[in-house]
Amino acid sequence: MSIETTPLWEVFIRSRNGLNHKHVGSLHAADSNLAVQSARDVYTRREEGNSIWVVRSDQIIASDPDRSGENFEPAADKIYRHPSFYDIPDDVGHM
Amino acid sequence: MYSQGLIGADDKPVEDDAFIAAFQARIDAEEKIEPNDPMPEAYRKTLVRQIGQHAHSEIVGMLPEGNWITRAPTLRRKLALLAKVQDEGGHGLYLYSAAETLGVSREQMTEELLSGKAKYSSIFNYPTPTWADIGAIGWLVDGAAIMNQVPLCRCSFGPYARAMVRVCREESFHQRQGYELMMALAEGSDKQREMAQDALNRWWWPSLMMFGPHDSDSTNSDQSMQWKIKRFTNDELRQKFVDATVVQAEKIGLTIPDPDLKWNPEKNDGEGGYDFGPIDWDEFWRVVKGGGPMNRDRIAARKKAWDEGAWVREAANAFAEKQAQRADAATVAAE
Ligand SMILES: [Fe+2]
Ligand SMILES: [Fe+2]
Ligand SMILES: [Fe+2]
Repeated sequence: MSIETTPLWEVFIRSRNGLNHKHVGSLHAADSNLAVQSARDVYTRREEGNSIWVVRSDQIIASDPDRSGENFEPAADKIYRHPSFYDIPDDVGHM
Repeated sequence: MYSQGLIGADDKPVEDDAFIAAFQARIDAEEKIEPNDPMPEAYRKTLVRQIGQHAHSEIVGMLPEGNWITRAPTLRRKLALLAKVQDEGGHGLYLYSAAETLGVSREQMTEELLSGKAKYSSIFNYPTPTWADIGAIGWLVDGAAIMNQVPLCRCSFGPYARAMVRVCREESFHQRQGYELMMALAEGSDKQREMAQDALNRWWWPSLMMFGPHDSDSTNSDQSMQWKIKRFTNDELRQKFVDATVVQAEKIGLTIPDPDLKWNPEKNDGEGGYDFGPIDWDEFWRVVKGGGPMNRDRIAARKKAWDEGAWVREAANAFAEKQAQRADAATVAAE
Protein backbone atom coordinates (compact mmCIF):
# COMPACT_ATOMS: atom_id res chain seq x y z
CA MET A 1 0.00 0.00 0.00
CA SER A 2 1.33 3.43 -0.93
CA ILE A 3 0.81 6.53 1.21
CA GLU A 4 -1.58 9.07 -0.37
CA THR A 5 0.38 12.29 -0.77
CA THR A 6 -1.03 15.79 -1.04
CA PRO A 7 0.37 17.58 -4.11
CA LEU A 8 3.10 20.16 -3.74
CA TRP A 9 2.60 23.66 -5.17
CA GLU A 10 5.08 26.42 -5.92
CA VAL A 11 3.91 29.87 -4.85
CA PHE A 12 4.61 33.15 -6.64
CA ILE A 13 3.67 36.53 -5.15
CA ARG A 14 3.51 39.95 -6.75
CA SER A 15 4.50 42.41 -4.06
CA ARG A 16 2.87 45.30 -5.93
CA ASN A 17 1.57 46.14 -9.38
CA GLY A 18 4.35 46.79 -11.84
CA LEU A 19 6.59 44.03 -10.51
CA ASN A 20 6.86 40.41 -11.60
CA HIS A 21 5.41 37.59 -9.55
CA LYS A 22 8.35 36.18 -7.67
CA HIS A 23 8.85 32.69 -6.31
CA VAL A 24 8.50 32.75 -2.53
CA GLY A 25 8.23 29.08 -1.56
CA SER A 26 5.95 26.07 -1.72
CA LEU A 27 3.18 24.31 0.15
CA HIS A 28 1.01 21.19 0.04
CA ALA A 29 -2.66 21.42 -0.91
CA ALA A 30 -5.27 19.06 -2.31
CA ASP A 31 -6.33 21.36 -5.14
CA SER A 32 -5.66 24.76 -6.70
CA ASN A 33 -8.29 26.59 -4.62
CA LEU A 34 -6.86 25.33 -1.37
CA ALA A 35 -3.37 26.11 -2.64
CA VAL A 36 -4.25 29.76 -3.29
CA GLN A 37 -5.99 30.05 0.08
CA SER A 38 -3.08 28.51 1.92
CA ALA A 39 -0.62 30.66 0.02
CA ARG A 40 -2.58 33.71 1.11
CA ASP A 41 -2.46 32.55 4.72
CA VAL A 42 1.19 31.54 4.70
CA TYR A 43 2.85 34.09 2.47
CA THR A 44 0.81 37.33 2.60
CA ARG A 45 0.07 37.87 6.29
CA ARG A 46 2.10 41.08 6.36
CA GLU A 47 0.99 42.68 3.10
CA GLU A 48 3.70 40.92 1.12
CA GLY A 49 1.62 41.00 -2.01
CA ASN A 50 -1.52 41.73 -3.97
CA SER A 51 -1.53 38.76 -6.32
CA ILE A 52 -0.77 35.06 -6.00
CA TRP A 53 0.11 32.43 -8.57
CA VAL A 54 0.35 28.76 -7.71
CA VAL A 55 1.75 26.06 -9.98
CA ARG A 56 1.90 22.33 -9.30
CA SER A 57 5.55 21.58 -8.53
CA ASP A 58 5.48 18.50 -10.73
CA GLN A 59 4.45 20.75 -13.62
CA ILE A 60 7.68 22.70 -13.43
CA ILE A 61 10.38 21.49 -15.78
CA ALA A 62 13.83 22.44 -14.57
CA SER A 63 17.10 22.46 -16.47
CA ASP A 64 19.46 19.63 -15.61
CA PRO A 65 22.11 20.81 -13.10
CA ASP A 66 24.57 18.33 -14.59
CA ARG A 67 24.32 20.24 -17.84
CA SER A 68 24.94 23.69 -16.38
CA GLY A 69 28.26 23.83 -18.14
CA GLU A 70 26.97 23.34 -21.64
CA ASN A 71 23.88 25.43 -20.95
CA PHE A 72 25.40 28.51 -19.42
CA GLU A 73 29.13 28.66 -19.97
CA PRO A 74 28.89 29.56 -23.68
CA ALA A 75 27.58 33.02 -22.71
CA ALA A 76 30.74 33.77 -20.78
CA ASP A 77 32.95 34.56 -23.77
CA LYS A 78 30.35 36.50 -25.80
CA ILE A 79 31.74 39.81 -24.67
CA TYR A 80 30.50 41.46 -27.86
CA ARG A 81 26.96 41.24 -26.44
CA HIS A 82 27.87 43.97 -23.96
CA PRO A 83 28.00 47.70 -24.64
CA SER A 84 31.48 48.06 -23.13
CA PHE A 85 32.94 45.95 -25.95
CA TYR A 86 32.56 48.86 -28.40
CA ASP A 87 35.05 51.63 -28.57
CA ILE A 88 33.14 54.93 -28.54
CA PRO A 89 34.65 58.25 -27.46
CA ASP A 90 33.02 59.60 -24.29
CA ASP A 91 32.31 63.00 -25.77
CA VAL A 92 29.64 61.85 -28.25
CA GLY A 93 27.13 61.98 -25.44
CA HIS A 94 25.18 59.21 -23.84
CA MET A 95 24.95 56.18 -26.10
CA MET B 1 14.34 47.46 -32.08
CA TYR B 2 11.61 49.71 -32.25
CA SER B 3 8.21 51.09 -31.52
CA GLN B 4 6.66 53.73 -33.69
CA GLY B 5 4.19 56.31 -32.55
CA LEU B 6 1.14 54.05 -32.70
CA ILE B 7 -0.20 53.94 -36.22
CA GLY B 8 -3.88 54.57 -36.71
CA ALA B 9 -5.81 54.06 -33.49
CA ASP B 10 -8.59 56.31 -32.28
CA ASP B 11 -10.45 54.26 -29.71
CA LYS B 12 -12.70 56.21 -27.39
CA PRO B 13 -13.89 54.85 -24.04
CA VAL B 14 -17.30 53.11 -24.01
CA GLU B 15 -17.59 52.52 -20.24
CA ASP B 16 -19.54 54.76 -17.89
CA ASP B 17 -17.98 57.88 -16.44
CA ALA B 18 -17.51 56.48 -12.95
CA PHE B 19 -15.54 53.51 -14.26
CA ILE B 20 -13.34 55.71 -16.43
CA ALA B 21 -12.77 58.16 -13.59
CA ALA B 22 -11.78 55.39 -11.17
CA PHE B 23 -9.36 53.99 -13.74
CA GLN B 24 -7.89 57.41 -14.45
CA ALA B 25 -7.42 57.98 -10.72
CA ARG B 26 -5.30 54.82 -10.54
CA ILE B 27 -3.24 55.98 -13.52
CA ASP B 28 -2.80 59.45 -12.02
CA ALA B 29 -1.57 57.85 -8.80
CA GLU B 30 1.11 56.12 -10.90
CA GLU B 31 -0.34 52.71 -10.14
CA LYS B 32 0.54 50.02 -12.65
CA ILE B 33 -2.26 48.19 -14.40
CA GLU B 34 -1.89 44.41 -14.48
CA PRO B 35 -3.64 42.01 -16.89
CA ASN B 36 -6.45 40.93 -14.53
CA ASP B 37 -7.26 44.47 -13.38
CA PRO B 38 -10.39 46.18 -14.68
CA MET B 39 -9.51 48.45 -17.59
CA PRO B 40 -11.40 50.36 -20.27
CA GLU B 41 -11.81 48.35 -23.44
CA ALA B 42 -10.15 51.15 -25.41
CA TYR B 43 -7.07 50.96 -23.14
CA ARG B 44 -6.84 47.23 -23.79
CA LYS B 45 -7.32 47.62 -27.53
CA THR B 46 -4.79 50.42 -27.82
CA LEU B 47 -2.22 48.30 -26.00
CA VAL B 48 -2.93 45.18 -28.04
CA ARG B 49 -2.40 47.20 -31.18
CA GLN B 50 0.66 49.09 -29.97
CA ILE B 51 2.45 46.10 -28.41
CA GLY B 52 1.56 44.01 -31.46
CA GLN B 53 2.98 46.62 -33.84
CA HIS B 54 6.06 46.85 -31.67
CA ALA B 55 6.53 43.06 -31.68
CA HIS B 56 6.08 42.87 -35.45
CA SER B 57 8.63 45.66 -35.85
CA GLU B 58 11.24 43.71 -33.90
CA ILE B 59 10.67 40.64 -36.07
CA VAL B 60 10.51 42.38 -39.44
CA GLY B 61 13.45 44.51 -38.29
CA MET B 62 15.64 41.41 -38.38
CA LEU B 63 15.34 41.27 -42.17
CA PRO B 64 17.21 44.38 -43.39
CA GLU B 65 20.18 43.56 -41.14
CA GLY B 66 19.99 39.82 -41.72
CA ASN B 67 20.74 40.72 -45.32
CA TRP B 68 24.39 41.43 -44.37
CA ILE B 69 25.23 38.68 -41.88
CA THR B 70 26.89 36.43 -44.44
CA ARG B 71 28.81 39.34 -45.96
CA ALA B 72 30.08 41.12 -42.85
CA PRO B 73 33.64 42.23 -43.60
CA THR B 74 35.31 40.80 -40.47
CA LEU B 75 34.56 38.10 -37.91
CA ARG B 76 34.26 40.77 -35.21
CA ARG B 77 31.57 42.61 -37.16
CA LYS B 78 29.81 39.39 -38.00
CA LEU B 79 29.64 38.34 -34.34
CA ALA B 80 28.25 41.73 -33.36
CA LEU B 81 25.63 41.71 -36.11
CA LEU B 82 24.57 38.13 -35.37
CA ALA B 83 24.24 38.93 -31.68
CA LYS B 84 22.20 42.03 -32.45
CA VAL B 85 19.79 40.32 -34.84
CA GLN B 86 19.41 37.48 -32.32
CA ASP B 87 18.48 40.07 -29.65
CA GLU B 88 15.81 41.55 -31.94
CA GLY B 89 14.18 38.13 -32.28
CA GLY B 90 14.09 37.93 -28.48
CA HIS B 91 12.55 41.42 -28.28
CA GLY B 92 9.77 40.23 -30.56
CA LEU B 93 9.12 37.32 -28.22
CA TYR B 94 8.99 39.46 -25.04
CA LEU B 95 6.52 41.76 -26.73
CA TYR B 96 4.25 39.09 -28.17
CA SER B 97 4.11 37.59 -24.67
CA ALA B 98 3.17 40.96 -23.17
CA ALA B 99 0.38 41.34 -25.76
CA GLU B 100 -0.86 37.81 -25.02
CA THR B 101 -1.56 38.82 -21.40
CA LEU B 102 -4.35 40.99 -22.87
CA GLY B 103 -6.15 38.03 -24.37
CA VAL B 104 -4.93 38.09 -27.95
CA SER B 105 -3.31 34.92 -29.32
CA ARG B 106 0.08 34.65 -30.96
CA GLU B 107 -1.50 32.91 -33.94
CA GLN B 108 -3.90 35.79 -34.41
CA MET B 109 -1.11 38.37 -34.30
CA THR B 110 1.02 36.37 -36.74
CA GLU B 111 -1.93 36.02 -39.07
CA GLU B 112 -2.55 39.79 -38.96
CA LEU B 113 1.08 40.51 -39.82
CA LEU B 114 1.15 38.07 -42.71
CA SER B 115 -2.17 39.28 -44.13
CA GLY B 116 -0.97 42.87 -44.02
CA LYS B 117 -3.67 43.90 -41.54
CA ALA B 118 -1.23 44.69 -38.73
CA LYS B 119 1.27 47.51 -39.17
CA TYR B 120 4.92 47.62 -38.23
CA SER B 121 7.48 50.39 -38.17
CA SER B 122 7.82 52.13 -41.54
CA ILE B 123 11.61 52.18 -41.21
CA PHE B 124 12.03 48.51 -42.10
CA ASN B 125 10.57 49.01 -45.54
CA TYR B 126 13.79 50.60 -46.76
CA PRO B 127 16.53 48.50 -48.38
CA THR B 128 20.08 47.87 -47.12
CA PRO B 129 22.19 47.97 -50.30
CA THR B 130 25.56 48.69 -48.64
CA TRP B 131 27.50 47.61 -45.55
CA ALA B 132 27.29 51.18 -44.21
CA ASP B 133 23.53 50.68 -43.87
CA ILE B 134 24.27 48.29 -41.00
CA GLY B 135 26.12 51.10 -39.22
CA ALA B 136 23.38 53.61 -39.97
CA ILE B 137 20.66 51.28 -38.67
CA GLY B 138 22.45 50.60 -35.38
CA TRP B 139 23.31 54.23 -34.83
CA LEU B 140 20.11 55.93 -36.04
CA VAL B 141 17.33 53.37 -36.02
CA ASP B 142 18.29 51.74 -32.72
CA GLY B 143 19.11 55.23 -31.43
CA ALA B 144 15.60 56.40 -32.26
CA ALA B 145 14.18 53.19 -30.82
CA ILE B 146 15.99 53.77 -27.53
CA MET B 147 14.54 57.31 -27.29
CA ASN B 148 11.09 55.75 -27.66
CA GLN B 149 11.60 52.73 -25.47
CA VAL B 150 13.24 54.26 -22.41
CA PRO B 151 10.05 56.13 -21.43
CA LEU B 152 8.01 52.99 -22.23
CA CYS B 153 9.78 51.33 -19.28
CA ARG B 154 7.44 53.52 -17.18
CA CYS B 155 4.33 52.67 -19.22
CA SER B 156 1.21 52.22 -17.06
CA PHE B 157 0.69 48.64 -18.26
CA GLY B 158 2.89 46.34 -16.16
CA PRO B 159 3.77 43.57 -18.64
CA TYR B 160 4.69 46.08 -21.39
CA ALA B 161 6.81 48.14 -18.99
CA ARG B 162 8.65 45.04 -17.75
CA ALA B 163 9.29 43.81 -21.29
CA MET B 164 10.73 47.24 -22.10
CA VAL B 165 13.12 47.11 -19.15
CA ARG B 166 14.56 43.89 -20.57
CA VAL B 167 14.66 45.26 -24.09
CA CYS B 168 16.36 48.51 -23.10
CA ARG B 169 19.05 46.64 -21.20
CA GLU B 170 19.86 44.61 -24.31
CA GLU B 171 19.46 47.53 -26.69
CA SER B 172 22.40 49.44 -25.30
CA PHE B 173 25.01 47.63 -27.36
CA HIS B 174 23.04 47.87 -30.62
CA GLN B 175 23.52 51.58 -31.06
CA ARG B 176 27.18 51.47 -30.01
CA GLN B 177 28.14 48.75 -32.47
CA GLY B 178 26.41 50.75 -35.23
CA TYR B 179 28.14 54.00 -34.35
CA GLU B 180 31.49 52.27 -34.01
CA LEU B 181 31.01 50.79 -37.47
CA MET B 182 30.14 54.23 -38.91
CA MET B 183 33.16 55.70 -37.15
CA ALA B 184 35.44 53.11 -38.74
CA LEU B 185 34.06 53.90 -42.20
CA ALA B 186 34.23 57.65 -41.62
CA GLU B 187 37.90 57.35 -40.67
CA GLY B 188 38.63 55.08 -43.63
CA SER B 189 39.28 55.65 -47.34
CA ASP B 190 37.42 58.25 -49.40
CA LYS B 191 35.19 55.52 -50.72
CA GLN B 192 34.35 54.28 -47.25
CA ARG B 193 33.59 57.80 -46.08
CA GLU B 194 31.31 58.32 -49.07
CA MET B 195 29.55 55.08 -48.28
CA ALA B 196 28.95 56.20 -44.69
CA GLN B 197 27.64 59.60 -45.82
CA ASP B 198 25.37 57.98 -48.40
CA ALA B 199 23.87 55.70 -45.75
CA LEU B 200 23.28 58.66 -43.44
CA ASN B 201 21.63 60.52 -46.32
CA ARG B 202 19.20 57.67 -46.92
CA TRP B 203 18.41 56.81 -43.27
CA TRP B 204 18.16 60.25 -41.68
CA TRP B 205 14.65 61.25 -42.72
CA PRO B 206 13.08 57.81 -42.33
CA SER B 207 14.59 57.74 -38.81
CA LEU B 208 12.84 61.02 -37.94
CA MET B 209 9.59 59.53 -39.28
CA MET B 210 9.92 56.65 -36.82
CA PHE B 211 8.56 58.91 -34.07
CA GLY B 212 5.26 59.13 -35.93
CA PRO B 213 3.15 62.09 -37.13
CA HIS B 214 3.41 65.56 -35.59
CA ASP B 215 1.50 65.99 -32.35
CA SER B 216 -0.94 68.28 -34.16
CA ASP B 217 -1.83 65.42 -36.56
CA SER B 218 -1.68 62.49 -34.19
CA THR B 219 -5.17 61.13 -33.48
CA ASN B 220 -4.36 58.84 -30.58
CA SER B 221 -1.64 60.79 -28.82
CA ASP B 222 -3.71 62.64 -26.22
CA GLN B 223 -5.53 59.59 -24.90
CA SER B 224 -2.31 57.56 -24.76
CA MET B 225 -0.59 60.34 -22.83
CA GLN B 226 -3.53 60.62 -20.44
CA TRP B 227 -3.42 56.89 -19.78
CA LYS B 228 0.37 57.08 -19.41
CA ILE B 229 0.96 54.52 -22.10
CA LYS B 230 3.22 57.21 -23.54
CA ARG B 231 5.17 59.69 -21.45
CA PHE B 232 6.36 62.02 -24.20
CA THR B 233 4.74 63.16 -27.42
CA ASN B 234 6.05 62.20 -30.85
CA ASP B 235 7.50 65.67 -31.41
CA GLU B 236 9.19 65.77 -28.00
CA LEU B 237 10.93 62.46 -28.65
CA ARG B 238 11.90 63.47 -32.18
CA GLN B 239 13.48 66.68 -30.85
CA LYS B 240 15.48 64.76 -28.23
CA PHE B 241 16.74 62.43 -30.94
CA VAL B 242 17.82 65.24 -33.26
CA ASP B 243 19.58 67.08 -30.45
CA ALA B 244 21.51 63.97 -29.41
CA THR B 245 22.40 62.82 -32.91
CA VAL B 246 23.66 65.98 -34.61
CA VAL B 247 26.76 66.11 -32.38
CA GLN B 248 27.44 62.43 -33.01
CA ALA B 249 27.45 63.05 -36.77
CA GLU B 250 29.76 66.04 -36.38
CA LYS B 251 32.21 64.02 -34.28
CA ILE B 252 32.83 61.62 -37.14
CA GLY B 253 32.78 64.28 -39.85
CA LEU B 254 29.48 63.32 -41.43
CA THR B 255 26.85 65.82 -42.52
CA ILE B 256 23.15 65.57 -41.60
CA PRO B 257 21.28 65.87 -44.93
CA ASP B 258 19.13 68.83 -43.89
CA PRO B 259 19.93 72.35 -45.15
CA ASP B 260 17.50 73.80 -42.59
CA LEU B 261 19.26 72.28 -39.59
CA LYS B 262 20.24 75.13 -37.28
CA TRP B 263 21.06 75.60 -33.62
CA ASN B 264 18.33 77.55 -31.88
CA PRO B 265 19.28 78.78 -28.39
CA GLU B 266 15.62 79.46 -27.53
CA LYS B 267 14.52 75.85 -28.00
CA ASN B 268 13.83 73.40 -25.16
CA ASP B 269 12.88 76.19 -22.73
CA GLY B 270 16.04 78.13 -23.38
CA GLU B 271 18.43 75.20 -23.10
CA GLY B 272 18.85 75.24 -26.86
CA GLY B 273 18.15 72.66 -29.53
CA TYR B 274 18.14 72.19 -33.26
CA ASP B 275 15.56 73.47 -35.69
CA PHE B 276 15.16 71.08 -38.56
CA GLY B 277 13.50 71.01 -41.98
CA PRO B 278 10.06 69.70 -42.93
CA ILE B 279 9.44 65.95 -42.95
CA ASP B 280 7.90 64.39 -46.05
CA TRP B 281 4.73 62.96 -44.53
CA ASP B 282 3.43 61.84 -47.90
CA GLU B 283 6.36 59.46 -48.04
CA PHE B 284 5.69 58.30 -44.48
CA TRP B 285 2.04 57.43 -45.19
CA ARG B 286 2.91 55.84 -48.51
CA VAL B 287 5.40 53.54 -46.76
CA VAL B 288 3.10 52.78 -43.81
CA LYS B 289 0.32 51.84 -46.21
CA GLY B 290 2.46 49.39 -48.13
CA GLY B 291 4.06 51.54 -50.82
CA GLY B 292 7.64 51.57 -49.50
CA PRO B 293 10.48 50.03 -51.53
CA MET B 294 10.59 46.84 -49.46
CA ASN B 295 7.06 46.30 -48.02
CA ARG B 296 6.30 43.44 -50.36
CA ASP B 297 9.66 41.74 -49.83
CA ARG B 298 9.40 41.97 -46.05
CA ILE B 299 5.98 40.31 -45.85
CA ALA B 300 6.96 37.78 -48.50
CA ALA B 301 10.03 36.85 -46.42
CA ARG B 302 7.92 36.43 -43.27
CA LYS B 303 5.35 34.34 -45.15
CA LYS B 304 8.08 32.16 -46.60
CA ALA B 305 9.62 31.61 -43.16
CA TRP B 306 6.20 30.79 -41.71
CA ASP B 307 5.22 28.41 -44.52
CA GLU B 308 8.57 26.69 -44.68
CA GLY B 309 8.58 26.28 -40.92
CA ALA B 310 5.18 24.54 -40.95
CA TRP B 311 6.66 21.03 -41.12
CA VAL B 312 8.87 21.78 -38.10
CA ARG B 313 5.87 22.82 -36.01
CA GLU B 314 3.92 19.79 -37.19
CA ALA B 315 6.80 17.41 -36.49
CA ALA B 316 7.33 18.86 -33.01
CA ASN B 317 3.64 18.41 -32.19
CA ALA B 318 3.60 14.87 -33.57
CA PHE B 319 6.70 14.00 -31.53
CA ALA B 320 5.19 15.48 -28.35
CA GLU B 321 2.02 13.48 -28.90
CA LYS B 322 3.96 10.27 -29.42
CA GLN B 323 5.97 10.85 -26.24
CA ALA B 324 2.76 11.47 -24.29
CA GLN B 325 1.21 8.26 -25.63
CA ARG B 326 4.31 6.29 -24.67
CA ALA B 327 4.25 7.77 -21.18
CA ASP B 328 0.56 6.81 -20.85
CA ALA B 329 1.26 3.29 -22.06
CA ALA B 330 4.11 2.96 -19.56
CA THR B 331 1.84 4.08 -16.70
CA VAL B 332 -0.85 1.58 -17.69
CA ALA B 333 1.72 -1.22 -17.92
CA ALA B 334 3.05 -0.42 -14.45
CA GLU B 335 -0.36 -0.60 -12.80
FE1 LIG C 1 17.92 46.97 -31.32
FE1 LIG D 1 12.52 47.83 -30.04
FE1 LIG E 1 14.91 45.54 -30.45
